[in-house]
Amino acid sequence: MSRQSTRLDVKKVNSELFTLTYGAIVSQLMKDYENVEDVNKQLDRMGYNIGVRMVEDFLARTNSARCNDLRETADKIQYAFKMYLGITPALTNWSAAGDEFSLTFDSNPLTEFVELPDNYQNLKYSNVLCGALRGSCEMVQMDVSCWFAQDQLKGDLATELRIKFNKRLEDAIPAGED
Amino acid sequence: MSAEDVLFDMLHAEIVSYMVSKESETEDEDLSVLEHLGYSCGWRLIERITKELSRYKEELEILKFICTDFWSCVYKKQVDNLRTNHQGVYVLQDNEFRFFSKLSNGTQYLKAAPKYATFTCGLIRGALENFGIASIVTVEINTMPSCKFHINVQQSS
Repeated sequence: MSRQSTRLDVKKVNSELFTLTYGAIVSQLMKDYENVEDVNKQLDRMGYNIGVRMVEDFLARTNSARCNDLRETADKIQYAFKMYLGITPALTNWSAAGDEFSLTFDSNPLTEFVELPDNYQNLKYSNVLCGALRGSCEMVQMDVSCWFAQDQLKGDLATELRIKFNKRLEDAIPAGED
Repeated sequence: MSAEDVLFDMLHAEIVSYMVSKESETEDEDLSVLEHLGYSCGWRLIERITKELSRYKEELEILKFICTDFWSCVYKKQVDNLRTNHQGVYVLQDNEFRFFSKLSNGTQYLKAAPKYATFTCGLIRGALENFGIASIVTVEINTMPSCKFHINVQQSS
């Protein structure tokens, strides 16, 4: 008796595997560290390492030129989210000076199937995203800060990732040369 | 390779580098944690993706499912070769294993290879476990990027 070949939805399985793997590493970190702050830091560090390498992949795929202002950068970040995570966050809440903006998500693929227990309200579950943004911006000579202003896991209506441009990083002169 | 796959590869690499610390004394323990991580992912993933499929009865049928559908979802290709002695030992051979394909083509870095396959061992074990098959999965690597997974099914008494 032969079975009809079962077709799985590759894309869905793929993103679920990603979500589950991420969840598994977060829960492992919670076991490894006693302090939630340390977990946040470690997630940020992992994100940073990923971002540093991911920006290469992004630039190679999109052939993008250098951004002239933060608005252009914001558009590219939005596009990168679409490419890598399949979501399109809205760009909102620009500051008057134009050096801060928010990415607002209706749904966050990292937090699918996730609920935070009450005693872990300090955990920044998706902190890897902050690290990844920081790392990739640093590779294109931008120093930015990222943090979550709102998080659906903590009962907010949307998830809001705030990005602040600090300064341009200048090429440093190699040590020993003047 | 699509952008989403790159992301998973990077996350995997990052997990491996976090888990396996440099000191060789704790490496076995680190690998076992890594395997457990794969196990829990495999277990949950099967829970999710098989909920609309009809029930599998035979062990071989389940193994075939792992080699074809499951593998092509996770690793973008089917297993190249499946062998069995019909007594509970299966060997899955992948001639171009995804996590090795960017590492090396030959025997260079062979020493570092096992930690990149450990997660997958757990993934297979977890998947089988949720099908009701208890097993031990080990990996054999001779030259990258090919890779053999040995599955030893534990007979239920």
